[in-house]
Amino acid sequence: MKTKPSGVSGTGGSGGDVCSSERYPGATIVTADPKGVDAGPHFMDGDHAIAEGGLAAGCRFFAGYPITPSTEAAERFAERAPEVGAMFIQMEDELASIAALIGGAWGGQKCMTVTCGPGFSLMTENLGLACMTETPMVIANVQRGGPSTGLPTLTAQQDMMQARYGPHGDNMIIALCPDSPQECFDLTVEAFNLSEYYRVPVIILTDETVGHMHEKVVIPPADQIKILPRNNYSGPKESCRPYKFDSQGGHPMVRAGDGYNFHITGLTHNEKGYPVMTAEQNVKVVTHLMEKINGNADKIIRLEENEIDGADVVVVSYGITSRIAVKAIQDARKEGIKVGSLRLITIWPFCEKRIRKLAPKVKAFVVPEINYGQMVKEVERCAGGVKVISVNHCGGAVHDPDVILAAIRKANQ
Amino acid sequence: MFFNDIKQTRGEVHINATWCKGCAFCVQFCPTNVLEMSPEFNAKGYHPPYVKNPEACTDCKFCQLICPEFSIFVNRVEENNIGETNK
Amino acid sequence: MSTDIEKFKAGSPMSSTLRMDRMPHIWCPGCGIGSEVNSFAEAVKRSGIDPKKVVVVSGIGCTGRVAGYVNFDSIHTTHGRAIPVATGIKLANPELTVVVFSGEGDLAGIGGNHLIHAARRNMDLVVICNNNFTYGMTGGQLTPTTPGSAMASTTPYGNYEYPFSLPFLMDACGATYIARWTSLHSRNVTQSIEEALLRKGFSFIEIISPCPTLYLRRNRLGDGVDQLQNYQDNSILKHGADTRETAIDYQGKIVVGKFVEKNKPTYLEASDKCSVKLVGDDYQLYGKTIPEREAEEKAEKERIAARRAAMQAEPEEAAAEPKKAAAPKAAVKKAPAKPAAASKTAKKAPAKAKPVKKAAVKAKPAKKAATKAVVKAPAKKAATKATVKKAAPKAAKTKVVAKAVKKAAPKATAKAKAAPKKTRK
Repeated sequence: MKTKPSGVSGTGGSGGDVCSSERYPGATIVTADPKGVDAGPHFMDGDHAIAEGGLAAGCRFFAGYPITPSTEAAERFAERAPEVGAMFIQMEDELASIAALIGGAWGGQKCMTVTCGPGFSLMTENLGLACMTETPMVIANVQRGGPSTGLPTLTAQQDMMQARYGPHGDNMIIALCPDSPQECFDLTVEAFNLSEYYRVPVIILTDETVGHMHEKVVIPPADQIKILPRNNYSGPKESCRPYKFDSQGGHPMVRAGDGYNFHITGLTHNEKGYPVMTAEQNVKVVTHLMEKINGNADKIIRLEENEIDGADVVVVSYGITSRIAVKAIQDARKEGIKVGSLRLITIWPFCEKRIRKLAPKVKAFVVPEINYGQMVKEVERCAGGVKVISVNHCGGAVHDPDVILAAIRKANQ
Repeated sequence: MFFNDIKQTRGEVHINATWCKGCAFCVQFCPTNVLEMSPEFNAKGYHPPYVKNPEACTDCKFCQLICPEFSIFVNRVEENNIGETNK
Repeated sequence: MSTDIEKFKAGSPMSSTLRMDRMPHIWCPGCGIGSEVNSFAEAVKRSGIDPKKVVVVSGIGCTGRVAGYVNFDSIHTTHGRAIPVATGIKLANPELTVVVFSGEGDLAGIGGNHLIHAARRNMDLVVICNNNFTYGMTGGQLTPTTPGSAMASTTPYGNYEYPFSLPFLMDACGATYIARWTSLHSRNVTQSIEEALLRKGFSFIEIISPCPTLYLRRNRLGDGVDQLQNYQDNSILKHGADTRETAIDYQGKIVVGKFVEKNKPTYLEASDKCSVKLVGDDYQLYGKTIPEREAEEKAEKERIAARRAAMQAEPEEAAAEPKKAAAPKAAVKKAPAKPAAASKTAKKAPAKAKPVKKAAVKAKPAKKAATKAVVKAPAKKAATKATVKKAAPKAAKTKVVAKAVKKAAPKATAKAKAAPKKTRK
């Protein structure tokens, strides 16, 4: 497996500059603060890479709680915080961690935390508050075997739907899925840019294998890392609106202490932030929260495609499973089967359009994932009747490539 | 000199009868019994207070501070040291 | 009978610190939260702190709505999570003065874990806890501080749990400033909040306040004003009291005062010290070195001192700005005596004087005088009996109150007296 160049400044995935004004219309794009960038090649695991990605992206506030297998990221941030001039605090529980992130964001800092299954479950209520109050933050969920305490030291991808449907009520987040420590770094930087632009929590859904796997990670020099700085409102006080319900991103945040006397509440609110608890107002708020992401899906979604044109079978996979599938795909091609691979870098919003466009041209989709069948449901929803074979797994290990190969053969009949 | 020239002060009470919810805190705890519940009703059917003996008000602002509806405040109108002369 | 609202708002001294455009607020008649917000707004003004640098965070519940009514940066968070959100704001922008204003259910109930840890860390926050012994917003359930034998919708036969004494809890957790007042002591609340705003470290101010619609009604304790009268009779001022003796029995004595005030390095100071040891003097937090931050802090302190001095020396006739000349300052010191003095005179004067003042309102006095006389007598009796007999006098009280007030239908009291065989009333 050739190690990939850093996707931060390169054209990772579906082409086009990863951090460009096409993707973030109207946003000011600057280069990273060298203080937080530990440039050069490293031999690092995914957890550390996530912490480094946060520091490079300008995150200066980390509130976390230890949980296997994500604690290494918190440890790394704690080590680096004094020299970078960042604030690290280990809170009393995950509830407090994400609550502190919400406070930190409105206090003017870019914020992140790293957790895992049980911690993420504790965070869901305040994740909902962060969506409702449009608070930018990054949460890395290094998935482990579930349910419940499950397999704390073993890998799984069983929290995909929880990331999307965790909090109560209709809300929408962005979720990215790195497949290697290098991409852990790259996607954390991208996650911060997305969260700052769309003012939404962005979740990095990796898993224990990638989190604990050591690989070469190339951190580009600061001037090659493009980031979106925090965009604080600085206009006149009367026209200061913490919110604008126009289903678009790019609205400025308001920072506490700047004299705008903002009011932020989890209640349904108007653009001034004052509670307006009516059904009509909820139409405006919920539509904005949903369409802000879904409406801009084509600017948000990034996929990595390999020999999709003319393929009979397309393997749709993400995270560590996509790297296991490479073996199965190579073997299948040796057997003469025309197989394409579609790797989901952006999990949520789901790439509906792409699947709908591919469906008529292929015989079947094969969806290997380390869960009992989650993202396969999304693929089936959009496959329009085309055969979709789920290669599920109950967690605790990665697939055996031959199992995927068998599925590809079956798909090819 | 009278207690490092403490002056006797007099205040003028302003009541916002619309917001008042008739809880009677100000009436009950005014040290000089300036206020009284009025028999009239406000739009919400509460009895707001009225100033029964305005000259008794010493502008101590306790009513302003205790009012849970922020519906009463007192301005200082006059300050003299009568107390000093007819000791 | 209405007033010109705009003229009132313009003249009102509270218009700079409260969001007058959102008034009238949602709290019930006789609720104590309004008095506390009034005292808080006054304290911020008196402290001289730059209102731009004040952030108010509140949780869910009646007191949770405070964030929406104060005219500062404010966040209304999820239930119980006000303190960690406040921690996040403080650590993200250390120059801010962050105040948590919430109820005892929100802070000590669901948010208890965050309360004790923030106190343990001596996080630089001012926590104002409105303790009305009930979850008001959801209909009057019991909270961790509801006194024994009190009625609540979830303890319909009397509360049998042991309540927290919040000052004792906070003392055990290491909070460096602990005070308790009732909402009647609004001058002392103002003074305490002012002190807390100006000091560094974890300040906890508990304010006992009436909840007429739920706690008082369900326990037949009359209106907010009756409970304030009760506070006046039952509160014992004991600065520096041992927090172990600050438990509150049902309608019993309330020890108020400033119990603990000590200095301990805050979380941020400790973190800075550690980082300087590691990185050396050019350690920066968010791009500012410690000397820079200290210089900024000193400059801000001078501005605060200047504002306070300006307020002190202000000429008497300054229009809207309320007078803080020496007289009221001295009054503040005297304040605990004043309401007490006023009540002494009221008590000395024949009891008839109090209700007479309300005579003008025909409907009210009968009820108020009746409940007050009744409330006072049995309360004393109930307070002395600690044992099981406590239930008996209350049942008797219910019968007496019902007869005088003619509010509760006789059928209800008969049922209460007969031991409730059925689980549902």
